[in-house]
Amino acid sequence: MTQISVRNVWQEYGDKVVLERVSFELAPHTFCTVAGPSGCGKSTFLRLLLSQETPTRGEIRIDGEPIAPEPMPDRGVVFQRYSVFPHLTVLGNVVLGLEFEGAPFTGRLFGAARRRAEEEASEVLEKVGLFAERHSRPHELSGGMRQRLSIAQTLIKRPRLLLLDEPFGALDPGTRGAMHELVTKLFEEGGMSVFMVTHDLQEAFKLGTRLLVFDKVRVDEQAPERYGANITYDIPLDSPLRRHGYVGIEDTLQKTA
Amino acid sequence: MPHGVRWINRKPRSAALLAAIPLALLLVAYLAGSSVRLAENPNDKLMPAPSTIAETWSRMAFEPDTRTGTRLFWEDTAASLRRMGLGLGIATTVALGAGLFVGMLPYARATFSTLVAVLSMIPALSILPILFIVFGVGELAKVVLIVIGVLPFMVRDLTQRVVELPLEQWVKAQTLGASSWQLAVRVVLPQILPRLIDALRLSLGPAWLFLISAEAISATSGLGYRIFLVRRYLAMDVILPYVLWITLLAFAFDLALRLLRRRRYGWLDAEAAG
Repeated sequence: MTQISVRNVWQEYGDKVVLERVSFELAPHTFCTVAGPSGCGKSTFLRLLLSQETPTRGEIRIDGEPIAPEPMPDRGVVFQRYSVFPHLTVLGNVVLGLEFEGAPFTGRLFGAARRRAEEEASEVLEKVGLFAERHSRPHELSGGMRQRLSIAQTLIKRPRLLLLDEPFGALDPGTRGAMHELVTKLFEEGGMSVFMVTHDLQEAFKLGTRLLVFDKVRVDEQAPERYGANITYDIPLDSPLRRHGYVGIEDTLQKTA
Repeated sequence: MPHGVRWINRKPRSAALLAAIPLALLLVAYLAGSSVRLAENPNDKLMPAPSTIAETWSRMAFEPDTRTGTRLFWEDTAASLRRMGLGLGIATTVALGAGLFVGMLPYARATFSTLVAVLSMIPALSILPILFIVFGVGELAKVVLIVIGVLPFMVRDLTQRVVELPLEQWVKAQTLGASSWQLAVRVVLPQILPRLIDALRLSLGPAWLFLISAEAISATSGLGYRIFLVRRYLAMDVILPYVLWITLLAFAFDLALRLLRRRRYGWLDAEAAG
């Protein structure tokens, strides 16, 4: 069970302060959604959790340990775009994570090891509903399928924390509803925590067990870059999606059709 | 034709036919010029009749040369293609390694990218004399000229392609546990190979230029050597088929690379379109 603690984190680029004094604790197995206006630093914060960037001040710990200074398999990520590999098949995209682990030099598995890896990857693909497409290339998939694939890639590494950066922002409403159910299901089955940035407040309320809203608390009209954003609302939620049981995917699709 | 349709919206029914017209006109102009000149002076060398050109070509291609005992046309072709293949092969291999190295590692980029930019500004032909001095007038200098001529461009181009890969992919691969090396061989390299083909295609023109220049100055065989050798006899009946042949070879290389890219890396174009 993954517990995350963020202590007095600042992120500054030169004179520009993006985040200031951000502190919070995330209890184990939390689906934390993060909302806020554009430019409020919510994506910046996700990059800090990912170690894509290092905070100017403060520290982030996972289960008491400071996070590694670079992206690691303990934290999986799904971006809005470009996070699958266009030169690999669907299956190849998922097997890749196992190949990195099992073949340090070639990055490729062969023979029995490969068959085992493919079986494991197929199970994950089945879980996200992409098994039938396993031999396709990403460019042949729809936007929603690509995001499913990106999720499957992360799942094979069994991350303790799943980071989602506006993952459904480019999808049509019907597909988005289906994706909501998928991530909720994966969250409930797996032991991991989820940290999801979205600009859609409704989505944030619908999915999260906790909602954080980032915004600037102090504004200097003469120097808007002087102050950074902080957490302005911290709302515990009982995700309605789960309270009502799964809303049928057919309902969602019919509503949009 | 409907009134008021803009010129940018009018499209020819048969593009192939239109494309053939200027080529046909060119041919007709040559034939006319040639026959006029030959009627005036049967010994005119500037515009030989097609029959003369064909005769000379078949003599060079099929009859052993009286002095060397070889079929000059094919010997020249083989010599030139060997230099071209060596030069481009070396340049491509080095460019691939250097492009990955400089493109992937910030330390390498900081150290070498300025150097590569400066080197790519040197007009390669201007250092040809240096190459002859350093490497002698043998095969090596010609191959090195091709390498030096196209390498800086290829390295810069490939470095750029590496840097252009979406940042999301770099981060994603790291979260899947990739080391720098694994990232290079499984993520970057396979996506760079089609770009390498593009870079090679763009380098073909300059490579021919460097090859023919080097052969013109110092060689004992080769397509460029032959053209410049017979120039002093005004032997247009040799020069013209050689020029056509070089053009055909250049076109064939380009076509082969284009087909290879389409066959093996179709996903790239589909990706770009989607």
